[in-house]
Amino acid sequence: MHILDIAQNSIAAGATEINIIIREDSSEDSFIIEIEDNGRGMPRDILNAVLDPFVTTRTTRRVGLGLPLLCQAARACDGDVTVDSEERKGTRVVAWFRRSHWDRAPLGDIASTLMALVACNPSVDIRYEHLIDGGSFRFDTRDLRRKLGDIPLSNPLVAGFVKDYVEEGENNLRGE
Amino acid sequence: MKSLEELERIKKEAQAMTKLREDKENTKIVVGMGTCGIAAGARETLAAIMDELAKRNLQDVVVTQTGCVGLCEQEPIVDIVKPGKPKVTYGRVTGERARQIIASHVVNDRVVGEWVIATG
Repeated sequence: MHILDIAQNSIAAGATEINIIIREDSSEDSFIIEIEDNGRGMPRDILNAVLDPFVTTRTTRRVGLGLPLLCQAARACDGDVTVDSEERKGTRVVAWFRRSHWDRAPLGDIASTLMALVACNPSVDIRYEHLIDGGSFRFDTRDLRRKLGDIPLSNPLVAGFVKDYVEEGENNLRGE
Repeated sequence: MKSLEELERIKKEAQAMTKLREDKENTKIVVGMGTCGIAAGARETLAAIMDELAKRNLQDVVVTQTGCVGLCEQEPIVDIVKPGKPKVTYGRVTGERARQIIASHVVNDRVVGEWVIATG
């Protein structure tokens, strides 16, 4: 849910490329979510205030409550959030959590998240990578585009494929 | 095991359908995907919409998203815009309601009055 919300910020910022990386490491007990885009970025004064819900909702509609909510979730799990941004270059949000923390929410329905992002933003390139210790699962809209030719990624048949493909990849990664 | 090769089949199916509807105007479905919409379950609603469109093979429907429109308590919010008709806005659209709205409104032109929160 947080991932979809943060990626929506990227889209609102006019990004054409979004990279989503999730790194889970059991020996370090870490769970890290990284979302990177090539959108328009933020000036320094907004960047400094971006995690404060009261400042951000009033200075820019573009950011709102999404980041503060993610930040709260991460801090509740001995983690934190950092936001780097450069104007006209893009923004990178990194959230880390203690993986074994009681309050760490599970990753959730990432297949639906990616399906929603792809279906509503067929012209945006989205790359997703999930790493758990040694294993990994990758999904890249560029691969789909190559296969599909002129069929847009917003086609409902494609949406169904994306959901099933990611669900299966994630299950394999978790060894289910 | 799902593989990207399956996309070849999807491509052929989609191409065949596209040919059939070339000069037909599209119906638009708009899903509210702001923080409030997502928190209220817009992701599940969208998944149900895409699934229903695929099942019914409705290729002349375009799905897009919008941000928060200030009616957060009514989220998930879905607009249906049929060509030449005013926009109809539905509130608290669960996945199940979305499927019924597609069956009734999108396919059969019967607006589901009890869930409408605004028109025009």
